[in-house]
Amino acid sequence: MTTTRRDFLTAAVTAAGAAVTPDLAPVQEHDHAHDHGHDHQGVPSDPALRVKALESLLVEKGLVDRSALDALIDTYEHKVGPRNGARVVARAWTDPAYKQRLLTNSDAAIAELGYGGLQGEHMVVVENTPKIHNLVVCTLCSCYPWPVLGLPPVWYKSAPYRSRAVIDPRGVLREFGLELGDDVEVRVWDSTAELRYLVLPERPAGTEKMSEEELAALVTRDSMVGVGKVSTQTEGVRA
Amino acid sequence: MNGVHDLGGMQDMGPVQAEKNEPVFHEPWQGRAFAFTRAMGAWGKWNLDAVRFQREQIAPVDYFRMSYYERWVVALVELMLKDRMVTPAELESGKPDPGSAKLTPPLTAEKAQILVTKGVPASRDVAVAARFHSGERVRARNINPVGHTRLVRYARGKIGTIHMDHGVFLFPDTNALFLGEKPQHVYSVRFTARELWGEQAAPQDSVYIDMWDDYLEAA
Repeated sequence: MTTTRRDFLTAAVTAAGAAVTPDLAPVQEHDHAHDHGHDHQGVPSDPALRVKALESLLVEKGLVDRSALDALIDTYEHKVGPRNGARVVARAWTDPAYKQRLLTNSDAAIAELGYGGLQGEHMVVVENTPKIHNLVVCTLCSCYPWPVLGLPPVWYKSAPYRSRAVIDPRGVLREFGLELGDDVEVRVWDSTAELRYLVLPERPAGTEKMSEEELAALVTRDSMVGVGKVSTQTEGVRA
Repeated sequence: MNGVHDLGGMQDMGPVQAEKNEPVFHEPWQGRAFAFTRAMGAWGKWNLDAVRFQREQIAPVDYFRMSYYERWVVALVELMLKDRMVTPAELESGKPDPGSAKLTPPLTAEKAQILVTKGVPASRDVAVAARFHSGERVRARNINPVGHTRLVRYARGKIGTIHMDHGVFLFPDTNALFLGEKPQHVYSVRFTARELWGEQAAPQDSVYIDMWDDYLEAA
């Protein structure tokens, strides 16, 4: 076995014409959980060097404007994320007329709260009930409703989730700690087109006196993808 | 193309591993790769379907070895080379070829905000008759195109019911190859889990798949 993992990748990337640095190791963003305590902040990884070289070339050629890149990154790191979706959910829980609009004309209802745009141009909201549990996946790539949930987490884009969500949704949910009974119907939504799906989770019991703001603080990203439920114990999306 | 990207129904990929309090980008380069891929799209030389198709053509062994944003970079480089926006020599040296003109990027910081808030709708406001209607039984066609398609393998030949009509959208199979938008209706089609997976599936469960008119036939 003389062909190493690194050789494979180098060959592939060279074939793709991307050999801007001589040394192209596999990437450090990996599809596994981060409970093994290693450090991502050390020496720049090789893909970091390669991406840096490519960005410099594109800037020098006048193909991209660095301030536009900064603006895009800032948007998805700080401005657009699951907090938006949590606000939509909390509004739907507290305003029945809004909930009706949200379920029947999702784009307009989400726009009422000021959200919409890239990768959320065509929204569909599906409602969880005690008898119906909805789960969202994109088996072909990584389609996800950016304006309300931000960019997707690694697990959503990973092969394990994409492959099994459609054939074994109950098994996948069990891995997220959710055991559903036989009296519950599971509906999986495979985002194969340009429609983007948001799950409206059930409002937990014991929250009758909570304000919309307090409710929004309970809503988790996972509950809006359909891999979790909201409870008074859940810590929602950080403000 | 029956590629490895079409993952629905595979069973040997291991457990789903969710990370607590995951950052948007694990390392800065991922954010840069995300952003310059989006910014290059603003030149209008390709479209989202063409980008997806390019990523799908990464060889299977590499597809699984590469992380998500590395696939983005590899596909972007391919697209830029095809459109002669960069040359192999430039990628090698990291410098613009001597004498190449400096261009003006179409995506400024201001326009990036507009892109984010307005998006790029794939719906088309044209009158196209719907071939199917809610409640009708349909069969997903058994086709195996070697180009781009969003007709998932696990549903081909299976019978479902039209759940709803989403309206008219451009057609990825032709759009990805720059053969026109061929606007047509997209439907949410409900397939019972048992129709897709047999007796092992829970009888009450189902999968809703978005499908273009051309993917369907009457059943």
